[in-house]
Amino acid sequence: MTFKLVLENLKHRPMRSLLSILLIGVPVTLILSLVGLSHGMLEDSQRRARGVGADLIVRAPSASVINLGGPSLDERLVGFLEKQPHVAMAVGVTTHVVDLPVFVTGLNLQHFDRMSGGFTYLAGGPLRGPDDILVDRSYADQKHLAVGDSATLMNHKWRVAGIIEPGKLARLVVPLETLQNLDSSHGKVTQIYVKLDNPANTNLVLEELKKVLPDYPINTMEEYIAAFNVSNIHGLREFIIVIMAIGVVIGFAVVCLSMYMAVLQRTREIGILKSLGASKAFILEIILAEALLLGVGGTILGILMSFGAYWLIGHLVPASIPMIIVPIWWPIAGAVTLAGAFIGALYPGLSAARHDPIEALAYE
Amino acid sequence: MNNGYIIETRDLRKVYQVGKVGVPALRGVDLAVPAGEFLAVVGPSGSGKSTLFHIIGGLTPPTSGQVRVANRDLASLSDAGRTRLRKSTVGFVFQKFNLLPNLTARDNIAVARFIAGSSSKLDPHFEEILVLLGIADRLDRKPAELSGGEQQRVAIARAIVNGPAILLADEPTGNLDTENSIAVLDLLRGLNQRLGQTILMITHNPEAAAYGHRTVHMRDGRIEERG
Repeated sequence: MTFKLVLENLKHRPMRSLLSILLIGVPVTLILSLVGLSHGMLEDSQRRARGVGADLIVRAPSASVINLGGPSLDERLVGFLEKQPHVAMAVGVTTHVVDLPVFVTGLNLQHFDRMSGGFTYLAGGPLRGPDDILVDRSYADQKHLAVGDSATLMNHKWRVAGIIEPGKLARLVVPLETLQNLDSSHGKVTQIYVKLDNPANTNLVLEELKKVLPDYPINTMEEYIAAFNVSNIHGLREFIIVIMAIGVVIGFAVVCLSMYMAVLQRTREIGILKSLGASKAFILEIILAEALLLGVGGTILGILMSFGAYWLIGHLVPASIPMIIVPIWWPIAGAVTLAGAFIGALYPGLSAARHDPIEALAYE
Repeated sequence: MNNGYIIETRDLRKVYQVGKVGVPALRGVDLAVPAGEFLAVVGPSGSGKSTLFHIIGGLTPPTSGQVRVANRDLASLSDAGRTRLRKSTVGFVFQKFNLLPNLTARDNIAVARFIAGSSSKLDPHFEEILVLLGIADRLDRKPAELSGGEQQRVAIARAIVNGPAILLADEPTGNLDTENSIAVLDLLRGLNQRLGQTILMITHNPEAAAYGHRTVHMRDGRIEERG
């Protein structure tokens, strides 16, 4: 009967109920979209790093996971690494930020193809000239590029030679030498990928390389990929917490206002229930149940709207912001929202429970 | 006190605080109502009729004096105690019907049962009473879809669904036309005669008051005359 009473109350004022659900849903969408963006970007980075096919990565002493730094590794290190025991090949690449988080990567395509198995071309083909560029499908969709088009990046005009399947190292690939020239970093690379004769030797080679190159961060690719997580991006976790707190506050404010209005509108009905012997706890229960139902509705709508955000971002900026849906966060966003709704309903609920039945019955 | 009376008050007083001023609503009411009586309470506005009802119905505590309802001393009852009294011992019928607008007639009756801790489903015996009240075929309609007379009959059904010892009717015909007023008054008398339901009814209408076994007149917070 409580549920029926609550449901009928919500149905009785559908516009108020729907607006409340919509407003509660907005912070849920906000939380889920933010989480989807951060996880999407990290997963995308992981997938592309995995697609390289290397076993180890050597970076410049000043590099971090997210900020690889400029091309400061001596390219001759590539040859040095290839001479080490169990090393099958090494590929040096250089990167340049064009439109964060999109990088242009310069590499020797033949060497990289040997290491990774090669790009999958959806249109066009490999790099043939110094001004050729390969773009992945997401970037091509975002910028509406086709094979043969011109693209200006870094104040340099490129010819799109091929559209590649995303998921291997880079969204934009150009010849190594061209990028080195543009960056005035001839003979330098940003990082070096190392492929071994047998992955089982990874730890052995890692230990040996750390001895001969003690100042360089050298990691297995698994370590490198694992480093792409929320806790390694300075401030991201705190940022998500702040957004969640904003979600709680919005949920609280919306529900508090909505339920306060509802209690005012239903003062007489509360008086009727009290005249029938309804206890304070029963009145509070009804108000809280209604708020929680609005919270559940808002959570469901917020989840649905996050799919809308996913679709919209996927169509507008698929390369810049690779958002994903993170279902594991649905209950978290739901719990945050329900907490806000519960707290928001407490004051109006207690206020309703304290109503004097005679005054409530006289309310017009 | 008691002596077989289901309602008994002695020197019952109620003072409402309006700002810093105390406004006396009852100035020493002595009343004794035996079980099964149909009592009409008449008097002008402000005479204290409604306050007397509110105290007997457990909606508000008295300021001083004694009041016993169904062997319970209301003066000593806490807010929770008065809530329990309303749940099981007293049923209200109001001038404005006071049905919950969102619920059907059936659910309006069921919610009273639910609050009293009974099953929301109406028992077969009560279905017969609904036929007697003439609303058996109107139960799935919401109040806005019912006439005033039908709404008041639903309100009566809701008031008696838990078998209260006392039915308090505050101007039950105040919002009804003559035909519906007579129908409602006949129903109240029928409930009193057939079920032995104790009824206290406030009314301004002498014809309505005539349905009761006796009438008490109130003025200025006191009972002036007993008929």
